[in-house]
Amino acid sequence: MLNRRELMQRAGMAALATGLSARGAFALETITLPFGNGERPLVRYPQKRPMIGLTSRPPQLETPFSIFNDGPITPNNAFFVRYHLADVPLNIDPDTFTLEIKGKVDKPLKLSLRDIKKMRAVEITAVNQCSGNSRGFFNPRVAGGQLGNGAMGCARWRGVPLKAVLDMAGVQAGAKQVTFNGMDGPVSDKTPDFIKALDIDHASDGEVMLAYGMNGEDLPVLNGFPLRLVVPGYYGTYWVKHLNEITVIDSVYDGFWMKSAYRIPDTPNNSVEPGTAPKSTIPINRFTVRSFITSVTDGANVKAGRTKLRGIAFDGGKGIKEVAVSIDGGKTWMPAKLGKDLGKYAFREWTLPVKLAAGSYELKVRATNNGGETQPMEPLWNPAGYLRNVVETVRVTAA
Amino acid sequence: MRYAPLLALAGCLLLTAVHAAPVSYTLPEETADFKPGPNRDVVKANCSACHSADYVQTQPRGEKFKKDFWQAEVTKMIKVYGAPIDDADVPKIVEYLTASY
Repeated sequence: MLNRRELMQRAGMAALATGLSARGAFALETITLPFGNGERPLVRYPQKRPMIGLTSRPPQLETPFSIFNDGPITPNNAFFVRYHLADVPLNIDPDTFTLEIKGKVDKPLKLSLRDIKKMRAVEITAVNQCSGNSRGFFNPRVAGGQLGNGAMGCARWRGVPLKAVLDMAGVQAGAKQVTFNGMDGPVSDKTPDFIKALDIDHASDGEVMLAYGMNGEDLPVLNGFPLRLVVPGYYGTYWVKHLNEITVIDSVYDGFWMKSAYRIPDTPNNSVEPGTAPKSTIPINRFTVRSFITSVTDGANVKAGRTKLRGIAFDGGKGIKEVAVSIDGGKTWMPAKLGKDLGKYAFREWTLPVKLAAGSYELKVRATNNGGETQPMEPLWNPAGYLRNVVETVRVTAA
Repeated sequence: MRYAPLLALAGCLLLTAVHAAPVSYTLPEETADFKPGPNRDVVKANCSACHSADYVQTQPRGEKFKKDFWQAEVTKMIKVYGAPIDDADVPKIVEYLTASY
């Protein structure tokens, strides 16, 4: 916990500590996201390439969308950053870092990073996406982080299954949930600390991971160094960063960030009539199906003739079955060719060669997963601005 | 003899493998400030401890995002996030936010 003066000092001081310091000009230029009040600075942070700055304190950085056209793996230095609370750990010693496992376990544990790295490692390629990704496109608009489509990314995570650590500690009968807390915290002790919970069966499924590696490197500081939770197929809110405290409980966790925040309507499609409030809500969970065209941007002029459209698709873990593309505003659809399968939680690349004679085109892309779930033609709405997955449209003119 | 540098190098590598260096990260300076306007100092004093000005700056604009919207946001900061804002400051903050954003 920081007091107010310390925080103001921290906010005002830059480049005094050694290590990972910002260099050169901070705000490089601005970028305008395609919704009202969408102007953002392009900012430079240590370990990051220029990113779209949403907020400074705590830091929230969005990935410039063009990066998603480079391939299905999002580079560490372009991966989005989302914090809730301003006491961000900036001095981290991996030698003294410990992860505590406690609560309803036979043998409470304190594991060092070295202990964890000595365990048998597993890897999974998985998308992490902020619950509020694309919130800025909601109509009517809603309060919250006004993000474009860049609060998502796909990485190859390396670590140990959470199950392995829970088994070491010995989960007791009657355990219902597991809670996760990281080193980041609130400025005021009146602000609820950011703690998330998963049901015990989910936590023990062997896929939920304690990750220390990301695309073959240590996690970047702002992505949770030295250890974060990876919850494949689930929204980023569960992927607790700087994870150092795991507690097994015999109740359903009722802290603010589970009970009141990150809730979606308990309705079909988890949506409500725009502008209305749901009668009841449930915690946000798996990603909805999404797909994007990455090779051309909205409003672009392209050369008439043959061109290859490409993009990405992903879902909450059933895997992408097919991607269809329309060049006539959704009247007719063509199947795209899917790229290499990096796993059911990963971005799936797609390509489609098309011929665009001179004229205007409304390009659309729609993915379907192995469960038959797809994307709506019209956007769904909920008061918190989560789950956006409308069929995306890119307008281009060929000449 | 000619292995000595190699051995020394191996020793260094072993050392770095066992002892990872502490990481010190410096956040860049903030990019946004609260807009000029009456009661800006009250807003800065009450809001800046927990978050930067861009949290306000980036919210949607328009008719629906005026007094009621900002009143609800300030209430949320007090009730949900425990912001220690004096009752007397609340209308000043709401007025400033409504007029400035």
